[in-house]
This record gives sequence, structure tokens and C-alpha cells, in this order.
Amino acid sequence: MTPQMIDRLWQASLDTLFMVGVSAGIAVLAGIPLALFLVTSGPDGIFPAPRANRLVGTLVNGFRAVPFIVLLVALIPFTRLVAGTTIGVWAAIVPLSVSATPFFARIAEVSLREVDAGLIEAAQSIGCRRRHILAHVLLPEALPGIVAGFTITVVSMIGASAMAGAVGAGGLGDVAIRYGYQRFDTTVMMVVIAILIGLVCLVQFAGDTAVRRLRAR
Amino acid sequence: MVGLAFDSLRGPGVRPAGPLSPDAALAPATVTAAPRRTSGAVRFEAVSKSYPTGSGPVQALDGVDLDIPAGAIFGIIGRSGAGKSSLLHTVNRLEEPTSGRVLVDGAPIEALGTDGLVALRRRIGMIFQHFNLLAAKTVRQNVALPLTVAGVPRAEIGPRVEKALRRVGLEGKADAYPSRLSGGQKQRVGIARALVSNPEILLCDEATSALDPETTLAILDLLRDINRRLGITIILITHEMSVIREICNDVVVLEGGRVAETGPVWRVFGAPEHPTTRALLAPLTRDLPADLAARLQPHAAPGGSAILRITYAGQGGPDLSSLAAAAGAPLRLLQAGIERIQGHAVGRMLVAVAEADPDLEARLRSLGGAVEQIGYARMDPDAG
Repeated sequence: MTPQMIDRLWQASLDTLFMVGVSAGIAVLAGIPLALFLVTSGPDGIFPAPRANRLVGTLVNGFRAVPFIVLLVALIPFTRLVAGTTIGVWAAIVPLSVSATPFFARIAEVSLREVDAGLIEAAQSIGCRRRHILAHVLLPEALPGIVAGFTITVVSMIGASAMAGAVGAGGLGDVAIRYGYQRFDTTVMMVVIAILIGLVCLVQFAGDTAVRRLRAR
Repeated sequence: MVGLAFDSLRGPGVRPAGPLSPDAALAPATVTAAPRRTSGAVRFEAVSKSYPTGSGPVQALDGVDLDIPAGAIFGIIGRSGAGKSSLLHTVNRLEEPTSGRVLVDGAPIEALGTDGLVALRRRIGMIFQHFNLLAAKTVRQNVALPLTVAGVPRAEIGPRVEKALRRVGLEGKADAYPSRLSGGQKQRVGIARALVSNPEILLCDEATSALDPETTLAILDLLRDINRRLGITIILITHEMSVIREICNDVVVLEGGRVAETGPVWRVFGAPEHPTTRALLAPLTRDLPADLAARLQPHAAPGGSAILRITYAGQGGPDLSSLAAAAGAPLRLLQAGIERIQGHAVGRMLVAVAEADPDLEARLRSLGGAVEQIGYARMDPDAG
């Protein structure tokens, strides 16, 4: 490999990390409130709002149903509105976040639903208001599951970010397609795959360690 | 001595804090009267509750009227689905009655808004069958939670948590996580959490049902101690009669959402009137031994003895010499179980009288106790 190629791979790795990192941050900030809403606004929830619950649930399913590569294109007007551009790293972050948020929200929702109803009852019995139940019961008790779900989300986002090349955002997937596939450079392809495997392993290891620490209590 | 100890507990407005074992009754110096308590009374007025289900509404409670005096240890017993859990949950409005109302210290609670309800719940502690401790918080944080959410200053929370943990005997476990504790210790944390906000009422939702017998006794001892020292009204639900016998003053038996029977524990145990009560008492009651039941005949036969069951509820207990004199014939004790509940002798005896005459039952009855001749049987000659 030429030094230029090594540079290119380095830059691509940074782009991937940046896209995934920022999008994952947005997915957490938007996904956890969304998950809390989905869990608590059901007919038996602590903030019952069954109609809004159904509406949001359907919206989430809608976004989850659209393949990422389609979403990337379909969201171009929205992306232009938010990021001011439709090409580059920031243009990829918008659809990545939009795709990861409902995904992560659904996974976090499962963990939140698994919190024993008896704990909520106990919290109510000691005079907790609903916001206390969110802060002291639902979120802390579901945290290990939420962290495990976040790990899965980040891993699948690394996969999705490979398509960001379609909007010229670069990243590892873009390099693999342009050099490895279109120019038959098997070495580049192999190196990209190795980097991606290393990255995913690292994320998974970090997530597993965090979950183990949380569960050890 | 016995009377003295008992009277000291029976002070005006103060209920005896549990059945007195003979030992406790004989040691009045160690028995201190509960502080007089004027708050913590609960009254149910025609409380009904129905749940909608796929196959029509289910009536969980059906017009329950009940008065629980301040400072009592009050038991609610019934089979699964009898409505006891629903009834308990209406006290702090974890469940809302469909009709009727609940009064705490004379004030109806159904109209309370969010703030009023939160304030009410801070006056009512609750403990649970599965403890319901927060796994992500330490023992200290669990116990502190009621104070934290009430906005109590941090400087005040520490000492109060320590005090609550001392009361339940868990001083050394403050920084442990609940998963590291045994079942009994977890329930102690639950009790500390319920007590830390100085409630007037403690609701116990099958609080000992997940514990082994030994731990159950220790937890019941702790509850009795809390009732005596702090005067907190304890309302507990259970499906185990032994729990009721151990600590309650009064009991209500629920069946199908209605009150089947209610009264002081010694009376309900000694003279159960409702079939459900009898069924629930069955595990604690020795029934007719199988070998005897097999030989029992409805009519007198040559050489047969009359078999009588004498039930005591609230009397002083059997006077054996008078009993033998009244029998007027060889009297054999076949089986007996008399215990003292709240200072009353409660239980029954099975006796065989060798030569029965028609007046036998009446003579025995005059000594106190309910006498029932259940048949005749030939006694095993080998046994004397």
C-alpha cells in the first residue's frame, strides 16, 4: 500500500468514527426520551396518553421499515434543511441519526418495560412523583439493558455508515467500495474489513464491560 | 401478674400489641405500653372494586365495611383472589375503589389531588412480598429515597437513615447492594424504607410469604416491636393463618370480595363461624386422627366409649379435675391442643368417656367450652 492509501484509510477511519460518534450521541439524546414516552404513555403507564402512544409507535415503525440507503436519499431535503448541505460528513449524520434513533428507542423500550412493575408500585407507595419514578426507578434499573442496547445500536451504525459514501461523506465503507471493489484492490478491501472488525470488537468489548460492571451491583 | 401485664397494654385507646405468649405475660416488667396513638385509623365504607376483563367485569371487592383502629395490628386473610390485595391497595390508593370510600384518620382520601396523595402516601409505609428494592441503589440509597424525593435536607437524611437501619438491625449493610442480601435482610431494608418517613400506618402486602419459617418469625417479631414502640398501625394481608395468630389483634376473613368474618383473633380462631375461616384454619387444627375416624360409629356399642370434642375459645382453659369428675367414668384424653392467643385459651380436646350417659354432654358443657359428641368407638384395649 502506498503512503497515500494509508493516509486515506486513516482519514476514512476518522470520518467513520466521527459520523458514528455524533449520530450515536444524537440517538441517545433523542432515543431515551422517545423510549420513556413509549413505555410510560401506554394505557397502563404512568403518563397515559394512548392515542399519542399509538401515533408515535407507528411513526417509529415507519422509520424502522425504510432501508437506510433509501432513507439516505429520501431525507435529502430534510438534510439540506438541518445540515445546510447534502454532501459530506454532516450530510450523513442527519440520516444516520434519524435511522438510529427509532432503532435505539425500541431497544431501550424493551429494557424499560422489563423493570418490575412492583418497583414502580413501591416507588409510588413511598411518595414518589412521576418524574421521580423516571429518574430513580425506570432509568437506573433499566440502565444495564439500555447500555447493552446502545452497544448493538453503535455496531449496526458502523455498518450503516458504510453507505455514507453515497452522499460523499467518505468513511471506511466508501474507501472499500471505491478502491477495493471498483479498482479491484483486494488489499485495501482486506484492510478495511480488518479495521471494521477491530472497531466492532472494541465497541462490543467496551459495552460488555460496562454492562458487567453495572450488573455486578 | 398476667392481668396486670395485660391491662397495661390495654390502656385507653391502645390495643394489646399482639398475642401474648404465656412467657411474655408473666414478665410484665419487660412489657411496655405502646405510646398512645390517635392517628393511623382506617375505615372502609362499602368499598367495591371491579376490574374489566375480556370475559366481563370481575368483582374484586364487594361492599367491604371495616374499621381499623389506630395502633392495631390488623390482619386481612383470604384465599388467592379473595380481594385482600385490592383492599390493602385502596388504603394508599395504589388502587382506586369503583365505589365506596376509604377514610384515613376520618378524612376521605378519594378526592385528594396529586400533592395530597403524595402527602398521604408519606404517612403510610408499605412493604412487599418480593421486597421491591431498587437493585441499582445501595441499601442506604434505598432507605433514603422517600426522604430524597420529599426534599428533606441532605444533612437530615443521613441520621434518619442510620436510625431506621439500626431499628431493623442492619447497621453494617448500609453500603451493600440488595442483591448481596438474604431474603430476611431484604425485607428489613424494605421495613427501614417504609419507616424512615415516620409513617402512622404500615401496610404489609404478603410481607413474609417469600420467607422461610424462621425468618418469618424474626420479621414478625420486628413488626410487633415496631407496633409497640412506635404505635404504628399495621395492616397486613396474608394467606397464612399462622402469621395472623403470631401478631394480629384483629382479623378479617375475606371471601369473594366480601367480609366473611371479622373479630379479635382469639375469637375467630377459637370459634370460627364461616366455612372459609375453618378451611383456612385447617392446617393449624388437628383433625380427628385417621385410625379413630375409621373406627367411629354413630351409635353406642358394647364396650365402646363416647368420643367428645371440646372446643375452647376465650375461656380460662380446661379444668382437668372438674372434667374428670363431670365425666363420672374413666376419661381418656385422645388428643389436645390448647394455646393462648391474646391471653385467651383457644383450642380443642378430644376425649373418650368409657360409660356415656345421656346427660354427659350437658355436664361437660357446664364447665365451659363447646362440647360435641361425635360418635362412639371401641378403645384399643392395649392402650389401657
